Amino acid sequence: MEQKKKVKTKVISQTEIADGIYDMWIETDLAQTAKAGQFLCIYPHNESMLLPRPISICETDREKGRLRIVYRVAGKGTEELSLYHTGRNIRILGNLGNGFPLEAAVGKRVFLIGGGIGIPPMLQLAKDLKQEGKAAEVTVIAGYRNKQLFLKDDMGKYAAVYVATEDGSAGTEGNVMDAIAENGLEADVIMACGPMPMLRAVKRYAEEKGIDAYISLEERMACGVGACLGCVCKTVEKDAHSHVNNARICTDGPVFSAKDVNI
Amino acid sequence: MNTKVKIAGVEFKNPVMTASGTFGSGMEYSEFVDLNRLGAVVTKGVASVPWEGNPTPRIAETYGGMLNAIGLQNPGIDVFIERDIPFLKKFDTRIIVNVCGKTVEDYLDVVERLGDTGVDMLEINVSCPNVKEGAIAFGQKADSLYAITSAVKKKARQPVIMKLSPNVTDITEMARAAEAAGADALSMINTLTGMKIDVHKRKFVLANRTGGLSGPAVKPVAVRMVYQTAQAVKIPIIGMGGIANAEDALEFLLAGATAVAVGAMNFANPYTTVEVAEGIEDYMKQYNIEDIHSLIGSVE
Repeated sequence: MEQKKKVKTKVISQTEIADGIYDMWIETDLAQTAKAGQFLCIYPHNESMLLPRPISICETDREKGRLRIVYRVAGKGTEELSLYHTGRNIRILGNLGNGFPLEAAVGKRVFLIGGGIGIPPMLQLAKDLKQEGKAAEVTVIAGYRNKQLFLKDDMGKYAAVYVATEDGSAGTEGNVMDAIAENGLEADVIMACGPMPMLRAVKRYAEEKGIDAYISLEERMACGVGACLGCVCKTVEKDAHSHVNNARICTDGPVFSAKDVNI
Repeated sequence: MNTKVKIAGVEFKNPVMTASGTFGSGMEYSEFVDLNRLGAVVTKGVASVPWEGNPTPRIAETYGGMLNAIGLQNPGIDVFIERDIPFLKKFDTRIIVNVCGKTVEDYLDVVERLGDTGVDMLEINVSCPNVKEGAIAFGQKADSLYAITSAVKKKARQPVIMKLSPNVTDITEMARAAEAAGADALSMINTLTGMKIDVHKRKFVLANRTGGLSGPAVKPVAVRMVYQTAQAVKIPIIGMGGIANAEDALEFLLAGATAVAVGAMNFANPYTTVEVAEGIEDYMKQYNIEDIHSLIGSVE
Protein backbone atom coordinates (compact mmCIF):
# COMPACT_ATOMS: atom_id res chain seq x y z
CA MET A 1 0.00 0.00 0.00
CA GLU A 2 1.11 3.51 -0.78
CA GLN A 3 2.57 5.33 2.22
CA LYS A 4 0.40 7.96 3.86
CA LYS A 5 1.96 11.37 4.21
CA LYS A 6 1.27 14.82 5.50
CA VAL A 7 2.09 17.54 3.00
CA LYS A 8 1.99 21.30 2.95
CA THR A 9 0.75 22.41 -0.42
CA LYS A 10 -1.37 25.01 -2.19
CA VAL A 11 -4.96 25.68 -3.13
CA ILE A 12 -5.31 25.93 -6.91
CA SER A 13 -8.85 27.25 -6.96
CA GLN A 14 -12.02 27.38 -4.94
CA THR A 15 -15.62 28.25 -5.80
CA GLU A 16 -18.95 27.97 -4.05
CA ILE A 17 -21.01 25.71 -6.30
CA ALA A 18 -24.20 25.59 -4.24
CA ASP A 19 -25.33 27.23 -1.00
CA GLY A 20 -22.64 26.35 1.53
CA ILE A 21 -21.06 23.77 -0.83
CA TYR A 22 -17.47 24.50 -1.87
CA ASP A 23 -15.40 23.06 -4.69
CA MET A 24 -11.63 23.16 -4.19
CA TRP A 25 -8.71 21.91 -6.27
CA ILE A 26 -5.50 21.21 -4.36
CA GLU A 27 -2.03 20.82 -5.86
CA THR A 28 -0.51 17.53 -4.68
CA ASP A 29 1.25 14.43 -5.94
CA LEU A 30 -1.11 12.45 -3.72
CA ALA A 31 -3.26 12.56 -6.85
CA GLN A 32 -1.00 9.90 -8.39
CA THR A 33 -2.20 7.23 -6.01
CA ALA A 34 -5.59 8.48 -4.77
CA LYS A 35 -8.49 6.08 -5.19
CA ALA A 36 -12.20 6.82 -5.39
CA GLY A 37 -13.69 6.66 -1.92
CA GLN A 38 -10.47 7.57 -0.12
CA PHE A 39 -10.30 10.75 1.93
CA LEU A 40 -7.94 13.48 3.04
CA CYS A 41 -7.49 14.99 6.47
CA ILE A 42 -7.16 18.76 6.29
CA TYR A 43 -5.54 20.61 9.20
CA PRO A 44 -7.03 24.02 10.02
CA HIS A 45 -4.53 26.88 10.33
CA ASN A 46 -6.36 28.25 13.37
CA GLU A 47 -4.57 26.47 16.21
CA SER A 48 -7.61 26.53 18.49
CA MET A 49 -8.80 23.72 16.23
CA LEU A 50 -6.69 20.68 16.99
CA LEU A 51 -8.15 18.03 14.80
CA PRO A 52 -7.88 17.51 11.07
CA ARG A 53 -11.09 17.53 9.03
CA PRO A 54 -11.73 14.32 7.11
CA ILE A 55 -13.05 15.15 3.62
CA SER A 56 -13.60 12.70 0.80
CA ILE A 57 -11.78 12.96 -2.50
CA CYS A 58 -14.17 14.05 -5.26
CA GLU A 59 -11.91 13.86 -8.28
CA THR A 60 -8.27 13.13 -9.06
CA ASP A 61 -6.26 14.59 -11.92
CA ARG A 62 -3.10 12.51 -12.15
CA GLU A 63 -1.70 14.35 -15.17
CA LYS A 64 -1.76 17.75 -13.52
CA GLY A 65 -1.11 16.40 -10.02
CA ARG A 66 -4.16 17.80 -8.32
CA LEU A 67 -7.04 16.62 -6.18
CA ARG A 68 -10.56 18.00 -5.96
CA ILE A 69 -12.68 18.11 -2.84
CA VAL A 70 -16.29 19.22 -2.62
CA TYR A 71 -17.53 19.80 0.92
CA ARG A 72 -20.27 21.47 2.91
CA VAL A 73 -19.49 24.15 5.49
CA ALA A 74 -20.61 22.44 8.68
CA GLY A 75 -18.59 24.16 11.41
CA LYS A 76 -15.61 26.34 12.19
CA GLY A 77 -13.08 24.10 10.43
CA THR A 78 -14.85 23.91 7.10
CA GLU A 79 -15.72 27.60 7.44
CA GLU A 80 -12.00 28.40 7.62
CA LEU A 81 -11.37 26.14 4.65
CA SER A 82 -14.07 27.90 2.62
CA LEU A 83 -12.14 31.17 2.94
CA TYR A 84 -8.96 29.84 1.29
CA HIS A 85 -8.14 31.55 -1.99
CA THR A 86 -5.91 30.46 -4.85
CA GLY A 87 -2.32 30.08 -3.65
CA ARG A 88 -3.21 29.66 0.03
CA ASN A 89 -1.13 27.12 1.95
CA ILE A 90 -3.03 24.05 2.95
CA ARG A 91 -1.86 21.12 5.07
CA ILE A 92 -3.25 17.76 4.17
CA LEU A 93 -2.75 14.15 5.17
CA GLY A 94 -3.50 11.51 2.59
CA ASN A 95 -4.46 9.27 1.03
CA LEU A 96 -6.52 7.75 3.79
CA GLY A 97 -8.88 4.79 3.93
CA ASN A 98 -9.52 1.94 1.55
CA GLY A 99 -11.72 3.35 -1.23
CA PHE A 100 -14.42 1.60 -3.25
CA PRO A 101 -13.65 -1.86 -4.71
CA LEU A 102 -13.70 -1.31 -8.47
CA GLU A 103 -13.28 -5.04 -9.05
CA ALA A 104 -16.71 -5.65 -7.52
CA ALA A 105 -18.24 -3.85 -10.51
CA VAL A 106 -16.74 -6.06 -13.22
CA GLY A 107 -19.47 -7.29 -15.58
CA LYS A 108 -22.17 -5.84 -13.35
CA ARG A 109 -24.85 -3.17 -13.55
CA VAL A 110 -23.75 -0.72 -10.87
CA PHE A 111 -25.69 1.84 -8.86
CA LEU A 112 -23.62 4.72 -7.52
CA ILE A 113 -25.83 6.25 -4.86
CA GLY A 114 -24.88 9.57 -3.30
CA GLY A 115 -26.85 11.60 -0.79
CA GLY A 116 -26.09 15.26 -0.09
CA ILE A 117 -22.45 15.74 0.76
CA GLY A 118 -21.97 12.01 0.11
CA ILE A 119 -22.29 12.75 -3.62
CA PRO A 120 -18.70 14.00 -4.28
CA PRO A 121 -16.85 10.63 -4.12
CA MET A 122 -19.30 9.27 -6.71
CA LEU A 123 -17.74 11.51 -9.35
CA GLN A 124 -14.30 9.88 -9.28
CA LEU A 125 -15.93 6.48 -8.91
CA ALA A 126 -18.08 7.05 -12.02
CA LYS A 127 -14.99 8.27 -13.88
CA ASP A 128 -12.89 5.25 -12.88
CA LEU A 129 -15.62 2.77 -13.76
CA LYS A 130 -16.13 4.43 -17.13
CA GLN A 131 -12.40 4.49 -17.92
CA GLU A 132 -11.92 0.91 -16.80
CA GLY A 133 -14.90 -0.03 -18.95
CA LYS A 134 -15.44 -3.32 -17.15
CA ALA A 135 -18.80 -2.56 -15.55
CA ALA A 136 -21.81 -3.56 -17.67
CA GLU A 137 -23.66 -0.35 -16.85
CA VAL A 138 -23.13 2.54 -14.42
CA THR A 139 -26.06 4.55 -13.07
CA VAL A 140 -25.75 7.40 -10.60
CA ILE A 141 -28.64 8.18 -8.28
CA ALA A 142 -28.04 11.43 -6.44
CA GLY A 143 -30.17 12.84 -3.64
CA TYR A 144 -30.20 16.61 -3.13
CA ARG A 145 -32.05 19.02 -0.84
CA ASN A 146 -33.23 21.16 -3.75
CA LYS A 147 -32.54 21.99 -7.38
CA GLN A 148 -28.95 23.07 -6.68
CA LEU A 149 -27.67 19.94 -8.36
CA PHE A 150 -23.96 20.26 -7.67
CA LEU A 151 -21.68 17.84 -9.59
CA LYS A 152 -24.61 16.46 -11.61
CA ASP A 153 -23.19 17.61 -14.95
CA ASP A 154 -19.70 16.36 -14.02
CA MET A 155 -21.06 12.92 -13.22
CA GLY A 156 -23.20 12.99 -16.36
CA LYS A 157 -20.02 12.80 -18.45
CA TYR A 158 -19.40 9.28 -17.19
CA ALA A 159 -22.78 7.79 -16.34
CA ALA A 160 -26.54 8.20 -16.54
CA VAL A 161 -27.62 10.37 -13.60
CA TYR A 162 -31.01 10.24 -11.88
CA VAL A 163 -31.89 12.85 -9.30
CA ALA A 164 -34.11 13.02 -6.24
CA THR A 165 -34.77 16.24 -4.34
CA GLU A 166 -36.30 16.67 -0.91
CA ASP A 167 -38.41 19.61 -2.05
CA GLY A 168 -39.35 18.12 -5.41
CA SER A 169 -37.78 21.00 -7.32
CA ALA A 170 -35.87 18.61 -9.62
CA GLY A 171 -36.11 14.93 -10.50
CA THR A 172 -38.06 12.65 -8.21
CA GLU A 173 -39.58 14.27 -5.14
CA GLY A 174 -38.25 12.32 -2.16
CA ASN A 175 -35.06 10.35 -1.65
CA VAL A 176 -32.74 8.20 -3.73
CA MET A 177 -34.78 5.06 -3.11
CA ASP A 178 -37.87 6.86 -4.44
CA ALA A 179 -35.89 7.80 -7.56
CA ILE A 180 -34.85 4.17 -8.09
CA ALA A 181 -38.48 3.03 -7.81
CA GLU A 182 -39.94 5.81 -9.93
CA ASN A 183 -37.50 5.19 -12.78
CA GLY A 184 -37.65 1.40 -12.55
CA LEU A 185 -33.86 1.17 -12.17
CA GLU A 186 -32.08 -2.10 -11.50
CA ALA A 187 -28.56 -3.10 -10.52
CA ASP A 188 -26.38 -6.06 -9.53
CA VAL A 189 -24.16 -4.14 -7.12
CA ILE A 190 -24.38 -0.83 -5.23
CA MET A 191 -21.76 1.65 -4.09
CA ALA A 192 -23.04 4.40 -1.83
CA CYS A 193 -22.08 7.37 0.31
CA GLY A 194 -24.44 9.62 2.22
CA PRO A 195 -26.31 10.16 5.47
CA MET A 196 -26.93 7.18 7.76
CA PRO A 197 -30.71 6.87 7.06
CA MET A 198 -29.87 6.60 3.34
CA LEU A 199 -27.18 4.00 3.97
CA ARG A 200 -29.58 1.96 6.09
CA ALA A 201 -32.11 2.08 3.26
CA VAL A 202 -29.42 0.99 0.79
CA LYS A 203 -28.39 -1.89 3.02
CA ARG A 204 -32.03 -3.02 3.36
CA TYR A 205 -32.62 -2.70 -0.38
CA ALA A 206 -29.49 -4.73 -1.18
CA GLU A 207 -30.56 -7.45 1.25
CA GLU A 208 -34.04 -7.62 -0.29
CA LYS A 209 -32.60 -7.84 -3.79
CA GLY A 210 -29.86 -10.24 -2.76
CA ILE A 211 -27.10 -8.04 -4.18
CA ASP A 212 -23.85 -6.67 -2.75
CA ALA A 213 -23.62 -3.10 -1.50
CA TYR A 214 -20.51 -1.16 -0.53
CA ILE A 215 -21.19 1.80 1.72
CA SER A 216 -18.92 4.59 2.89
CA LEU A 217 -19.36 5.44 6.59
CA GLU A 218 -18.39 8.47 8.61
CA GLU A 219 -17.88 9.19 12.28
CA ARG A 220 -16.13 11.79 14.43
CA MET A 221 -12.41 11.21 13.96
CA ALA A 222 -9.31 12.40 15.76
CA CYS A 223 -6.14 10.92 14.23
CA GLY A 224 -7.39 9.69 10.85
CA VAL A 225 -4.76 6.93 10.80
CA GLY A 226 -6.17 4.20 13.03
CA ALA A 227 -4.44 4.97 16.31
CA CYS A 228 -7.02 6.73 18.46
CA LEU A 229 -9.94 4.32 18.01
CA GLY A 230 -12.38 7.23 17.93
CA CYS A 231 -14.20 6.47 14.67
CA VAL A 232 -15.39 2.90 15.04
CA CYS A 233 -18.44 1.17 13.62
CA LYS A 234 -20.13 -2.05 14.70
CA THR A 235 -19.13 -5.05 12.63
CA VAL A 236 -20.68 -8.49 12.31
CA GLU A 237 -17.34 -10.27 12.67
CA LYS A 238 -14.56 -9.47 15.11
CA ASP A 239 -12.45 -6.58 13.83
CA ALA A 240 -8.79 -7.12 12.99
CA HIS A 241 -7.42 -4.56 15.43
CA SER A 242 -9.24 -4.96 18.74
CA HIS A 243 -11.16 -8.20 18.15
CA VAL A 244 -14.34 -6.64 19.57
CA ASN A 245 -16.61 -6.06 16.51
CA ASN A 246 -15.53 -2.40 16.28
CA ALA A 247 -13.80 -1.65 12.98
CA ARG A 248 -11.96 1.64 12.48
CA ILE A 249 -13.72 3.68 9.83
CA CYS A 250 -10.55 5.64 9.00
CA THR A 251 -8.36 2.62 8.22
CA ASP A 252 -10.54 -0.49 7.89
CA GLY A 253 -13.04 1.68 5.96
CA PRO A 254 -14.49 4.11 5.21
CA VAL A 255 -15.96 1.71 2.63
CA PHE A 256 -17.47 -1.47 4.04
CA SER A 257 -19.50 -4.25 2.54
CA ALA A 258 -22.99 -3.43 3.88
CA LYS A 259 -23.46 -6.97 5.12
CA ASP A 260 -20.34 -6.73 7.30
CA VAL A 261 -21.54 -3.77 9.40
CA ASN A 262 -24.43 -3.18 11.77
CA ILE A 263 -25.67 0.33 11.11
CA MET B 1 25.43 16.86 24.74
CA ASN B 2 23.51 14.41 26.90
CA THR B 3 19.78 13.95 26.37
CA LYS B 4 19.63 10.57 28.09
CA VAL B 5 17.50 10.23 31.18
CA LYS B 6 17.08 7.36 33.60
CA ILE B 7 13.88 6.34 35.35
CA ALA B 8 13.99 3.51 37.89
CA GLY B 9 17.22 2.21 36.35
CA VAL B 10 15.85 2.23 32.80
CA GLU B 11 17.76 4.48 30.42
CA PHE B 12 15.95 6.45 27.71
CA LYS B 13 17.88 7.94 24.77
CA ASN B 14 15.86 11.11 25.12
CA PRO B 15 13.03 12.23 27.37
CA VAL B 16 10.31 12.16 24.70
CA MET B 17 7.63 9.51 24.89
CA THR B 18 4.13 9.02 23.55
CA ALA B 19 1.12 9.43 25.81
CA SER B 20 -0.95 6.29 26.21
CA GLY B 21 -3.98 6.03 23.96
CA THR B 22 -2.81 8.56 21.40
CA PHE B 23 -0.30 6.40 19.57
CA GLY B 24 -1.77 2.90 19.52
CA SER B 25 1.19 0.52 19.80
CA GLY B 26 3.18 2.65 17.40
CA MET B 27 2.23 0.71 14.28
CA GLU B 28 -0.02 3.35 12.74
CA TYR B 29 2.34 6.25 13.42
CA SER B 30 5.42 4.33 12.29
CA GLU B 31 4.34 5.36 8.78
CA PHE B 32 5.21 8.94 9.75
CA VAL B 33 7.65 8.76 12.64
CA ASP B 34 10.90 6.82 13.00
CA LEU B 35 10.15 5.15 16.32
CA ASN B 36 13.92 4.77 16.87
CA ARG B 37 13.99 8.51 17.51
CA LEU B 38 11.74 8.29 20.55
CA GLY B 39 12.72 7.76 24.16
CA ALA B 40 9.85 5.34 24.56
CA VAL B 41 6.56 4.26 23.09
CA VAL B 42 3.87 4.11 25.75
CA THR B 43 1.13 1.86 24.45
CA LYS B 44 -2.62 2.15 24.46
CA GLY B 45 -4.10 0.62 27.63
CA VAL B 46 -4.34 -3.15 27.58
CA ALA B 47 -6.64 -5.28 29.75
CA SER B 48 -6.77 -8.97 30.56
CA VAL B 49 -9.52 -9.53 27.95
CA PRO B 50 -10.68 -7.49 24.91
CA TRP B 51 -12.73 -4.39 25.76
CA GLU B 52 -15.14 -2.98 23.22
CA GLY B 53 -15.11 0.56 24.60
CA ASN B 54 -17.88 3.14 24.49
CA PRO B 55 -20.53 3.89 21.85
CA THR B 56 -19.82 6.64 19.29
CA PRO B 57 -19.43 9.59 19.03
CA ARG B 58 -16.28 9.16 21.08
CA ILE B 59 -14.51 12.35 20.00
CA ALA B 60 -15.35 16.04 20.25
CA GLU B 61 -13.15 19.01 19.52
CA THR B 62 -13.13 21.88 22.01
CA TYR B 63 -11.31 25.22 21.99
CA GLY B 64 -7.59 24.37 21.97
CA GLY B 65 -8.32 20.81 22.95
CA MET B 66 -10.44 17.75 22.51
CA LEU B 67 -12.64 15.43 24.50
CA ASN B 68 -12.38 11.70 24.10
CA ALA B 69 -14.46 8.91 25.52
CA ILE B 70 -13.00 5.88 23.79
CA GLY B 71 -13.53 3.74 26.87
CA LEU B 72 -10.22 1.86 26.54
CA GLN B 73 -11.14 -0.30 23.57
CA ASN B 74 -8.33 -2.83 23.33
CA PRO B 75 -7.68 -6.35 22.04
CA GLY B 76 -6.69 -7.82 25.40
CA ILE B 77 -3.32 -9.06 26.60
CA ASP B 78 -3.15 -12.21 24.45
CA VAL B 79 -3.27 -10.38 21.12
CA PHE B 80 -1.12 -7.62 22.55
CA ILE B 81 1.68 -10.01 23.50
CA GLU B 82 1.47 -11.86 20.22
CA ARG B 83 1.24 -8.84 17.89
CA ASP B 84 2.11 -5.50 19.48
CA ILE B 85 5.15 -6.33 21.60
CA PRO B 86 7.04 -8.13 18.78
CA PHE B 87 6.33 -5.13 16.54
CA LEU B 88 7.74 -2.66 19.05
CA LYS B 89 10.79 -4.83 19.75
CA LYS B 90 11.97 -4.23 16.18
CA PHE B 91 12.80 -0.67 17.17
CA ASP B 92 15.54 0.81 19.32
CA THR B 93 13.17 2.47 21.75
CA ARG B 94 11.88 1.61 25.20
CA ILE B 95 8.51 -0.08 25.54
CA ILE B 96 6.16 1.03 28.30
CA VAL B 97 2.88 -0.85 28.49
CA ASN B 98 -0.17 0.91 29.85
CA VAL B 99 -2.21 -1.52 31.94
CA CYS B 100 -5.92 -1.15 32.68
CA GLY B 101 -8.50 -3.22 34.50
CA LYS B 102 -11.88 -3.24 36.20
CA THR B 103 -10.71 -5.03 39.35
CA VAL B 104 -7.38 -5.35 41.14
CA GLU B 105 -7.24 -8.96 39.88
CA ASP B 106 -7.60 -7.72 36.28
CA TYR B 107 -4.59 -5.45 36.68
CA LEU B 108 -2.54 -8.17 38.35
CA ASP B 109 -3.42 -10.62 35.61
CA VAL B 110 -2.02 -8.28 32.94
CA VAL B 111 1.01 -7.34 35.01
CA GLU B 112 1.83 -11.01 35.52
CA ARG B 113 1.42 -11.85 31.83
CA LEU B 114 3.82 -9.04 30.94
CA GLY B 115 6.44 -10.36 33.38
CA ASP B 116 8.57 -12.30 30.92
CA THR B 117 7.83 -10.35 27.75
CA GLY B 118 10.86 -8.10 27.95
CA VAL B 119 8.92 -4.84 28.01
CA ASP B 120 10.80 -2.13 29.88
CA MET B 121 8.23 -0.62 32.21
CA LEU B 122 4.56 -0.77 33.16
CA GLU B 123 2.30 2.22 33.42
CA ILE B 124 -0.72 1.51 35.58
CA ASN B 125 -3.80 3.35 34.37
CA VAL B 126 -5.77 4.24 37.49
CA SER B 127 -7.02 7.47 35.98
CA CYS B 128 -9.06 6.92 32.82
CA PRO B 129 -12.27 8.93 33.30
CA ASN B 130 -14.19 7.10 30.59
CA VAL B 131 -14.89 3.68 32.05
CA LYS B 132 -17.40 3.12 34.79
CA GLU B 133 -15.73 0.34 36.73
CA GLY B 134 -12.14 0.25 37.85
CA ALA B 135 -9.65 2.65 36.31
CA ILE B 136 -10.27 6.06 37.82
CA ALA B 137 -11.99 4.61 40.89
CA PHE B 138 -8.52 3.43 41.99
CA GLY B 139 -6.96 6.79 41.29
CA GLN B 140 -9.19 9.20 43.14
CA LYS B 141 -8.76 7.96 46.71
CA ALA B 142 -5.37 7.83 48.36
CA ASP B 143 -6.05 4.57 50.20
CA SER B 144 -7.27 2.72 47.07
CA LEU B 145 -4.32 4.05 45.11
CA TYR B 146 -1.98 2.87 47.85
CA ALA B 147 -3.61 -0.57 47.85
CA ILE B 148 -3.46 -1.15 44.09
CA THR B 149 0.07 0.23 43.84
CA SER B 150 1.29 -2.17 46.55
CA ALA B 151 -0.51 -5.09 44.94
CA VAL B 152 0.96 -4.33 41.51
CA LYS B 153 4.47 -3.82 42.91
CA LYS B 154 4.37 -7.29 44.49
CA LYS B 155 3.62 -8.92 41.13
CA ALA B 156 5.48 -6.68 38.69
CA ARG B 157 8.79 -7.79 37.20
CA GLN B 158 9.33 -4.35 35.66
CA PRO B 159 9.46 -0.91 37.27
CA VAL B 160 6.00 0.54 37.83
CA ILE B 161 4.73 3.97 36.80
CA MET B 162 1.43 5.05 38.32
CA LYS B 163 -0.54 7.36 36.00
CA LEU B 164 -2.31 9.98 38.06
CA SER B 165 -5.65 11.64 37.52
CA PRO B 166 -5.96 15.42 37.71
CA ASN B 167 -9.59 14.98 38.79
CA VAL B 168 -8.73 15.14 42.49
CA THR B 169 -8.66 17.85 45.14
CA ASP B 170 -4.94 17.47 45.88
CA ILE B 171 -2.78 15.58 43.43
CA THR B 172 0.21 15.62 45.78
CA GLU B 173 -1.76 13.50 48.24
CA MET B 174 -2.23 10.88 45.52
CA ALA B 175 1.42 11.15 44.47
CA ARG B 176 2.60 10.56 48.02
CA ALA B 177 0.31 7.57 48.43
CA ALA B 178 1.71 6.00 45.25
CA GLU B 179 5.28 6.72 46.34
CA ALA B 180 4.67 5.30 49.82
CA ALA B 181 3.27 2.11 48.22
CA GLY B 182 6.47 1.65 46.25
CA ALA B 183 5.72 3.19 42.85
CA ASP B 184 8.92 3.69 40.87
CA ALA B 185 7.66 6.72 38.95
CA LEU B 186 4.58 8.80 38.26
CA SER B 187 3.09 9.93 34.99
CA MET B 188 0.74 12.85 34.88
CA ILE B 189 -1.67 14.17 33.97
CA ASN B 190 -4.37 11.93 32.56
CA THR B 191 -7.27 13.83 31.02
CA LEU B 192 -9.56 16.24 32.85
CA THR B 193 -13.20 15.19 32.88
CA GLY B 194 -15.19 17.47 30.60
CA MET B 195 -18.44 17.81 28.70
CA LYS B 196 -19.67 19.39 25.47
CA ILE B 197 -23.28 20.12 24.56
CA ASP B 198 -24.68 20.68 21.07
CA VAL B 199 -27.02 23.63 21.63
CA HIS B 200 -28.78 23.19 18.29
CA LYS B 201 -29.71 19.58 19.00
CA ARG B 202 -29.76 20.15 22.80
CA LYS B 203 -27.85 16.92 23.17
CA PHE B 204 -24.58 15.73 24.61
CA VAL B 205 -21.95 15.61 21.88
CA LEU B 206 -20.34 12.45 23.25
CA ALA B 207 -22.39 9.28 23.59
CA ASN B 208 -20.73 8.82 26.98
CA ARG B 209 -21.87 12.38 27.93
CA THR B 210 -18.52 13.11 29.60
CA GLY B 211 -15.06 12.67 28.17
CA GLY B 212 -11.44 13.38 28.97
CA LEU B 213 -10.13 16.81 27.98
CA SER B 214 -6.63 16.95 26.52
CA GLY B 215 -4.59 19.18 24.25
CA PRO B 216 -3.02 22.62 24.72
CA ALA B 217 -6.05 23.79 26.72
CA VAL B 218 -4.95 21.65 29.69
CA LYS B 219 -1.23 22.40 29.59
CA PRO B 220 -1.07 25.09 32.31
CA VAL B 221 -2.98 22.81 34.70
CA ALA B 222 -0.62 19.95 33.91
CA VAL B 223 2.53 22.03 34.36
CA ARG B 224 1.26 23.31 37.70
CA MET B 225 0.45 19.78 38.89
CA VAL B 226 3.84 18.43 37.79
CA TYR B 227 5.57 21.26 39.64
CA GLN B 228 3.56 20.67 42.83
CA THR B 229 4.13 16.94 42.67
CA ALA B 230 7.86 17.32 42.03
CA GLN B 231 8.02 19.29 45.27
CA ALA B 232 6.13 16.58 47.12
CA VAL B 233 7.81 13.32 46.07
CA LYS B 234 11.28 11.99 45.27
CA ILE B 235 10.36 9.52 42.51
CA PRO B 236 10.67 10.68 38.89
CA ILE B 237 7.74 12.18 37.00
CA ILE B 238 6.80 11.79 33.34
CA GLY B 239 4.97 15.00 32.48
CA MET B 240 2.26 15.37 29.87
CA GLY B 241 -0.74 17.49 28.96
CA GLY B 242 -1.03 19.42 25.72
CA ILE B 243 2.60 19.27 24.63
CA ALA B 244 2.72 20.59 21.05
CA ASN B 245 6.36 21.59 20.67
CA ALA B 246 9.75 21.62 22.37
CA GLU B 247 8.98 24.74 24.40
CA ASP B 248 5.95 23.05 25.91
CA ALA B 249 8.05 20.00 26.75
CA LEU B 250 10.74 22.19 28.30
CA GLU B 251 8.14 23.75 30.59
CA PHE B 252 7.43 20.31 31.99
CA LEU B 253 11.15 19.52 32.39
CA LEU B 254 11.78 22.82 34.14
CA ALA B 255 8.77 22.18 36.39
CA GLY B 256 10.42 18.94 37.51
CA ALA B 257 9.50 16.22 35.03
CA THR B 258 12.32 13.80 34.09
CA ALA B 259 10.60 12.90 30.84
CA VAL B 260 7.63 14.08 28.81
CA ALA B 261 4.93 12.53 26.67
CA VAL B 262 3.14 13.84 23.59
CA GLY B 263 -0.56 13.02 23.48
CA ALA B 264 -3.41 14.72 21.65
CA MET B 265 -1.01 16.74 19.51
CA ASN B 266 -0.04 13.58 17.65
CA PHE B 267 -3.47 13.95 16.07
CA ALA B 268 -2.87 17.58 15.09
CA ASN B 269 0.54 16.73 13.65
CA PRO B 270 1.75 13.14 13.35
CA TYR B 271 5.39 14.30 13.50
CA THR B 272 5.04 16.09 16.86
CA THR B 273 7.09 13.58 18.91
CA VAL B 274 10.18 13.79 16.73
CA GLU B 275 9.86 17.56 16.38
CA VAL B 276 9.79 17.86 20.17
CA ALA B 277 12.89 15.65 20.54
CA GLU B 278 14.79 17.70 17.94
CA GLY B 279 13.58 20.98 19.41
CA ILE B 280 14.89 20.06 22.86
CA GLU B 281 18.33 19.44 21.33
CA ASP B 282 18.20 22.78 19.54
CA TYR B 283 17.32 24.51 22.81
CA MET B 284 20.22 22.82 24.58
CA LYS B 285 22.59 23.97 21.83
CA GLN B 286 21.19 27.49 21.95
CA TYR B 287 21.80 27.79 25.70
CA ASN B 288 24.96 25.65 25.81
CA ILE B 289 23.41 23.05 28.03
CA GLU B 290 25.62 19.96 28.24
CA ASP B 291 23.33 17.71 30.21
CA ILE B 292 19.56 17.65 30.16
CA HIS B 293 19.62 16.96 33.91
CA SER B 294 20.61 20.54 34.53
CA LEU B 295 17.21 21.56 33.20
CA ILE B 296 15.06 19.18 35.19
CA GLY B 297 13.26 21.02 38.00
CA SER B 298 15.42 24.09 37.53
CA VAL B 299 12.64 26.67 37.34
CA GLU B 300 13.15 29.61 39.66
